[in-house]
Amino acid sequence: MDFNLTEERGLLRDMLQKFLGEKYGHEERRKLIASGKAYDAGIYAEMAELGVLGAMFSEDDGGLGGAGFDIAVVFEELGRAGVIEPILGNAVLAGSLIAELGTDNQKELIGSVIAGETLLALAHAEPASRYDLNHVTASAKTDGGQIALNGTKAHVLNGAQASMLVVSAREAGADFDETGISLFLVPTDAKGVTIVDHPNVDGTSAATIRLENVVVDEGARLGASGEAFAAIEAAVARATLAVSAEAVGAMEAAKALTIDYLKERKQFGIAIGKFQALQHRMADVLIEVEQARSAVINLAGHLDAPRALRERHVSATKNLIGRASALVGEEAVQMHGGIGMTDEYALSHFVRRMVMIDHLFGDVDHHLERFISLNAA
Amino acid sequence: MDLSYTPEEEAFRAEVRAFLSEKLPRHLSEKVRLGKRLTKSDMVSWHAILNAQGWLAPNWPKEYGGAEWDAVQRMIFEEEACLAHAPRIVPFGLSMLAPVLMAFGSEEQCQHYLPRILSGEDWWCQGYSEPGAGSDLAALKTRAVRDGDHYVVNGQKTWTTLGQHANWIFCLVRTDADAKKQEGISFLLIDMNTPGVTVRPIVLIDGEAEVNEVFFDDVRVPVENLVGEENKGWTYAKYLLTHERTNIAGVGFSNAALATLKHVAASTQSGGKPLDQNPYFAARMALAEIDLMAMATTNLRVVSAAAKGQAPGPESSMLKIKGTVIRQELSSLLCRAAGPDAMPFLPDYLDGGDNVPAEGPEHAPAAAPNYFNMRKLSIFGGSNEIQRTIITKAILQL
Ligand SMILES: Cc1cc2nc3c(=O)[nH]c(=O)nc-3n(C[C@H](O)[C@H](O)[C@H](O)COP(=O)(O)OP(=O)(O)OC[C@H]3O[C@@H](n4cnc5c(N)ncnc54)[C@H](O)[C@@H]3O)c2cc1C
Repeated sequence: MDFNLTEERGLLRDMLQKFLGEKYGHEERRKLIASGKAYDAGIYAEMAELGVLGAMFSEDDGGLGGAGFDIAVVFEELGRAGVIEPILGNAVLAGSLIAELGTDNQKELIGSVIAGETLLALAHAEPASRYDLNHVTASAKTDGGQIALNGTKAHVLNGAQASMLVVSAREAGADFDETGISLFLVPTDAKGVTIVDHPNVDGTSAATIRLENVVVDEGARLGASGEAFAAIEAAVARATLAVSAEAVGAMEAAKALTIDYLKERKQFGIAIGKFQALQHRMADVLIEVEQARSAVINLAGHLDAPRALRERHVSATKNLIGRASALVGEEAVQMHGGIGMTDEYALSHFVRRMVMIDHLFGDVDHHLERFISLNAA
Repeated sequence: MDLSYTPEEEAFRAEVRAFLSEKLPRHLSEKVRLGKRLTKSDMVSWHAILNAQGWLAPNWPKEYGGAEWDAVQRMIFEEEACLAHAPRIVPFGLSMLAPVLMAFGSEEQCQHYLPRILSGEDWWCQGYSEPGAGSDLAALKTRAVRDGDHYVVNGQKTWTTLGQHANWIFCLVRTDADAKKQEGISFLLIDMNTPGVTVRPIVLIDGEAEVNEVFFDDVRVPVENLVGEENKGWTYAKYLLTHERTNIAGVGFSNAALATLKHVAASTQSGGKPLDQNPYFAARMALAEIDLMAMATTNLRVVSAAAKGQAPGPESSMLKIKGTVIRQELSSLLCRAAGPDAMPFLPDYLDGGDNVPAEGPEHAPAAAPNYFNMRKLSIFGGSNEIQRTIITKAILQL
């Protein structure tokens, strides 16, 4: 066993940490969010240059990593700094799907994603699909060489900033069937696409996208007709790892702020960190963060395992991350008192992200039930 | 023991219900039901309706225009008002300052201020906490120095809830810098329109500015605005705090939140079945309900043991802890029930606009802001840690 990072990953982590430490302080980030922009194009370009996007793809696809531990290393740092830049929806979700299913021609997009030139988004979830990946009602009807897409996609991460969408739609089967789902590349300026952008509680950005008779040709389909589900599930596994690692980074940041605060804040003439009522809970926070880190390592190490094993770790990790995030977030705010609840202070931003991560790709309840049924299977 | 309500109590409940269904404006109950933000005029108009009925001050004696209800009646009213989604009653004037004035204030102060609280002419806020004095409230530094027939006040208060709407603030100020911490404090009423008072909003984790910082810069306050005796303010402050903690169990709020949660969980599809059939979610929901059923009775036991109209003693700490934990859990479950639809941040919608860019159920936009906002319950009014210390010392005598 070796729990050390490879040299390359260690270097990437250190570089990213240094870069974000200098350029992505709390004040810059707050200003960015208040400006209403989904991200800072300058910072994004610099991150692309550092290789952050490249780390999401394998060498075969023109990247410099692509494995679970690459994703985990990068996203932990993004979480620690509270980065809102569009890497998850773009590279990890949409990009992974193109890497997995795309033809050489289609895969050319990946190069420009890595260079930070093109933004992609995955338009998969729908208003009523909640966390069920197989719940697709958007339709794809072929007529001659043309395919017409209809439906509504919800919570599309950075959907309004992307130039190209990876859209799921049903070519066969009923609402919850795993077979019959296909993916299509659709430019966001295609006729019949309407996009409504909105900010999220945690400062990230998403969109509701309507497709009304959007016509694409056969060349827009990613992979075989009706066979996209397995790839979607695998891409979501990668995204689950990414947000889980991001949550660990955010938890680490919240933990560090709280420890400092316990040492600084004086009440009754002494630092509040001297009260045992808080000390023991801070110890529990530390234990939970370590558990969360281990869960992320488990998932990163099994990302390329056979489906059954991989998905067992997906559900175990996401459940644990959700529980740990709630505990760490709630305790950190509580131990800060009123200050912990202010927008001006960094803690509330980390806590919002940690809690909202539970609402992405399945929450604690969803994954607990899923873990039990995967065990039974 | 008899857990059933008397015929008089049942009749009272029916009367409350009839009043609510007739007089509670629909646009207000809709806002409350959907967790939208209330404006000052929303709150003021509901106060006026209650006042016209003579129900605005349940705990006040009749001579001052109160309803003089007993503990059970108050409980019944609170339950019904919450279930009908009535706006909350802003407590600062009615249930915090008023009992202090009645117990320790002069006759002139009572005659002057109490009617103005009822009429809504005055909106009070609470100036206790300071940046350096939170849990350790007696560490406060805001100074009031006597100068002829005025006090000159300098310092800063913080976390002043709804201070942006207020024209009066009741403050704890230091009038003797040399005395022991608790002994040099006075209780002062300050007109916020006096020159030198500045209010600055603080945006909280849910994106709303519900609290404020209040700065005092050579603010001249007439000496007749002192409540009781100089340097005895700590006694009055503690008296007020027990009143602040009486309704903090929030049984009515929790009942209403549970009803909403059950409805949402039954109507939300998750994994091809209603969310209330997800065993883990359902179990947590049931545990919260079981705790709430017992807590409602604990609340009644404690409140009815206290003398009529009086605030309970250290037992109120127990209610505060259990009550806040339950309310927080219910808000957490409601947020979770919203699933991905909890993510969009839609302040315009919460402020009363109806432009919802995201698809999703109507309760979803407020779910996350409400969950985050509810974190305050275990921090303010004496944090839950401080309540535990009170229990340990006053009840357990450890
Ligand atoms: C939303 C909101 C509204 C408020 N409204 C008002 C208002 O209208 N008027 C007003 O005057 N104040 C108001 N408050 C202030 C509130 O009363 C204080 O926040 C509270 O007293 C805690 O003080 P603090 O925030 O300074 O935390 P601190 O006292 O700094 O406490 C930080 C942490 O340390 C813990 N701690 C402190 N001392 C001990 C101890 N001895 N043992 C164990 N743990 C300890 C606390 O429990 C907390 O977890 C409000 C606060 C909030 C958040």
